[in-house]
Amino acid sequence: MFAPGNNPGKLQNAGVYGADSVIFDLEDAVAITEKDAARHLVYNAIKSINYPCEVAVRINHIQTPFGRDDLRVVLPAKPDLIRLPKAESAEEIRMIDEIISQAELDNGFEPGSIKIGAAIETAIGLRQAYEIATASKRMTFLAIGGEDFVADLKTSRSKEGRELFVPRSELLLAARAAGIQAIDSVFSDVNDEEGFIEEALMIKGLGFDGKSVINPRQVRLVHKVFEPTEKEIAQAKRILAAYQEALDKKSGVIALDGKMIDGPIVTRAERVLAYAAALKR
Amino acid sequence: MGKLLQPGQAGTIESNDIIVTVAPAAEDGIVIELTSPVIKQYGNRIREVIADTLVSLGVTQAFVQANDKGALDCTIRARVQTAVARALQEGGI
Amino acid sequence: MINTAGRVIPDTITGIAKVKPYAGPFAFVPEGRLVGPKIRASKPKSEKLLKSIEQAIDASGLQDGMTISFHHHFRNGDYVLNLVVEAIARKGIKGLTLAPSSLNDINDKIIPFIEQGVIRAIETSGGRGKLGKLMTSGKLDKPVIIRSHGGRARAIECGDLHIDVAFLGAPCCDTYGNINGINGKSACGSMGYAMVDAAYADKVIALTDNLVAHPLHTISIPQTHVDFIVELESIGDPKGIASGALRISRDPRELLIAEYATGVIEYSGYFKDGYSLQLGSGGASLAAAKFIKEKMLAQKITASFGVGGVTAPFVEMLDQGLINTLFDTQDFDIPSIESIKNNPRHQEMSASFYANPHNGGAIVNNLDVVILSATEVDVNFNVNVITDSNGTIMGASGGHCDTAAGAKLAIVVAPLLRGRLPMVLDRVNTIVTPGETVDVIVTERGVAINPLRKDLIANLSGAGLPLMSIEDLKQIAYDLAGAPDPIPVSDEVVGVVEYRDGTIIDVIRKPL
Repeated sequence: MFAPGNNPGKLQNAGVYGADSVIFDLEDAVAITEKDAARHLVYNAIKSINYPCEVAVRINHIQTPFGRDDLRVVLPAKPDLIRLPKAESAEEIRMIDEIISQAELDNGFEPGSIKIGAAIETAIGLRQAYEIATASKRMTFLAIGGEDFVADLKTSRSKEGRELFVPRSELLLAARAAGIQAIDSVFSDVNDEEGFIEEALMIKGLGFDGKSVINPRQVRLVHKVFEPTEKEIAQAKRILAAYQEALDKKSGVIALDGKMIDGPIVTRAERVLAYAAALKR
Repeated sequence: MGKLLQPGQAGTIESNDIIVTVAPAAEDGIVIELTSPVIKQYGNRIREVIADTLVSLGVTQAFVQANDKGALDCTIRARVQTAVARALQEGGI
Repeated sequence: MINTAGRVIPDTITGIAKVKPYAGPFAFVPEGRLVGPKIRASKPKSEKLLKSIEQAIDASGLQDGMTISFHHHFRNGDYVLNLVVEAIARKGIKGLTLAPSSLNDINDKIIPFIEQGVIRAIETSGGRGKLGKLMTSGKLDKPVIIRSHGGRARAIECGDLHIDVAFLGAPCCDTYGNINGINGKSACGSMGYAMVDAAYADKVIALTDNLVAHPLHTISIPQTHVDFIVELESIGDPKGIASGALRISRDPRELLIAEYATGVIEYSGYFKDGYSLQLGSGGASLAAAKFIKEKMLAQKITASFGVGGVTAPFVEMLDQGLINTLFDTQDFDIPSIESIKNNPRHQEMSASFYANPHNGGAIVNNLDVVILSATEVDVNFNVNVITDSNGTIMGASGGHCDTAAGAKLAIVVAPLLRGRLPMVLDRVNTIVTPGETVDVIVTERGVAINPLRKDLIANLSGAGLPLMSIEDLKQIAYDLAGAPDPIPVSDEVVGVVEYRDGTIIDVIRKPL
């Protein structure tokens, strides 16, 4: 869940809504005249407040005058992850990686403890998605920036999201090839719950690991969509039980209900149970 | 080092925020003028945080006007840091 | 002396005949009999309609030092209290005790008359704005007496509070004094608070802007209680009396609090067919109404009755058959007024039926679940609803301690911080509702169950709620905001908070 970095009230309450990760935004949410103030607010918030979830900071792009100052001020507070907007090349990731490594050294943080996530928001970025995803060991996810991407494609967003179908799929492929997560973009109409759920269901079906949201109310909706049903959980447990039984008996072929159970099915079952466990508050 | 040459301001009138204006002072020391809806419960603490933050930034001579709307310590610290940074941009210590 | 809530109560207090310290919610056993108004004789063909408020004051026999009362059904749309006090002032009458069922911002207008000595004492449920500050200032002749709705009804019925003249705004009044609250431009719905005053005051004056021919056929206050009638152009501002339907909160913190409160109800063990429910009128309560409704529909649960303070969401549940009947002491909005007017399952009740602890059994005794708000709570689950963090009177006791005592499950909802101020403290400024009657405290950051309620602790453990001890909840607040300095107060007692049974649960001391 995004929280604007220049809003003290939203920063202090951001951890309350059950988001798995809060992203303190120094970029789009903050006017140019307040970029300096926002990074101080974010630094102090992270240092003083105990957030129950992952804390990420979306910095300004590393090639803007603000990006480096953002990192300089915010890294000593030890955020969990730095999110780069409009990523377009592996080189950008490597630059950030270096800056973070130096900060970890200077501050005595465990090397590698601060991660990086990148948002792909342009056609060029998408072309480089795999390179960006593999540019650093810190890379944890690729995200797709819907609005900006659509503008870059020179079209507009539709309800069915046809225009983002290929970019979403390509991003997912790149993320999977690199072994990292894929996160879908924000849905800006806060009042359109139905539309939100439709989109979330669709991207879940595509294989995305999660979705960025801009409003606390949307957190619940994402969890509802990604939450395995009772049936799915029961089935997953049965699959894992059958798999375990087969292992114990050292039998070659594993079957449940007349269907073969192989590696991918077991992995999927584990994933279902992992989601269920993560959603248990 | 220790005294500003120009004023600097940061913060908004929104709730949970504080407007901090840090200005040069004639004499040594930090003088704080504070208004706050929680002045009885947190007045002392707010002054302490403002003064400590200034001292940690190397500022020992300043006149501060603070218009608080219920800001937490971390917000107060941030606003003082920004106000001082802006004052330095204008003219320097 | 120190009462069982741990508060220091002076042995003697000006204006209190005998100081009885609070000793537990049901400890005090009343004796004696109820009182009644002076016996009246009336003749056939008598004319009750008078030409002006001034005439009515004369006819009532009001003298220096007497006690006058009003209801607050018109909230901030009320004209009656201010008009009457002004007219009394012009007549040069002084030293009165003002005993309205509550006071609102609109009553700031009477401050000059208090300062001039027209009114020298106040007994009520609460005060706001500048009047609240004045009540906390000690400028009256004796400490303000704060009573809950049930406590006020008790006091009136047993004679602790003797009303000489009740001035009652009447949205609809016939020419012989039958009154209802459902017709007319100043309709307010239920007249629950006024009903008690009308039955026990020595003289009752009805003020109406809707005089109709005798007889009225829906009667809330009968002609047998009413002495005189005054017709005015306007007794209130309809916009201040009743809002259009209140919008449900979009504030994500309030929604989260509402969600947790609903979760508490759902898993409490009380959420079953035939249960009963009372909701407040605050943002979190209204949002909770929506969530509770969804759960009731999903689990096919119908409530046997609801109690209010009634607002549109409650009425919706009544209309949809989710609640069998509503007992109503006050209506807040137009849909509620329409409902009590048209739906026989929506019943008016007096403040005594609602919450009086010293009668055959008020409806709060049958209540399963209540959701209440708070200005502060403390680690002993005590609740403050009357003073703010600076110790100034700005709220009202209302039905808070009554419903908490009566209900099987009393839930208090509040944001953990208001601005910078922690709402969960070591010690509240003023206790209105004692912790032993409060079962669960719900904030957006955590839910604390009263350790006395082992049954709730067991039932709620698997509910997916952020349960924690009240100490931990307080610590989260103090870690975020810092521990607040205590506000300095003097020794001067400016207010007395009566528990519903007439014992004293706390006093309000003047802030320095």
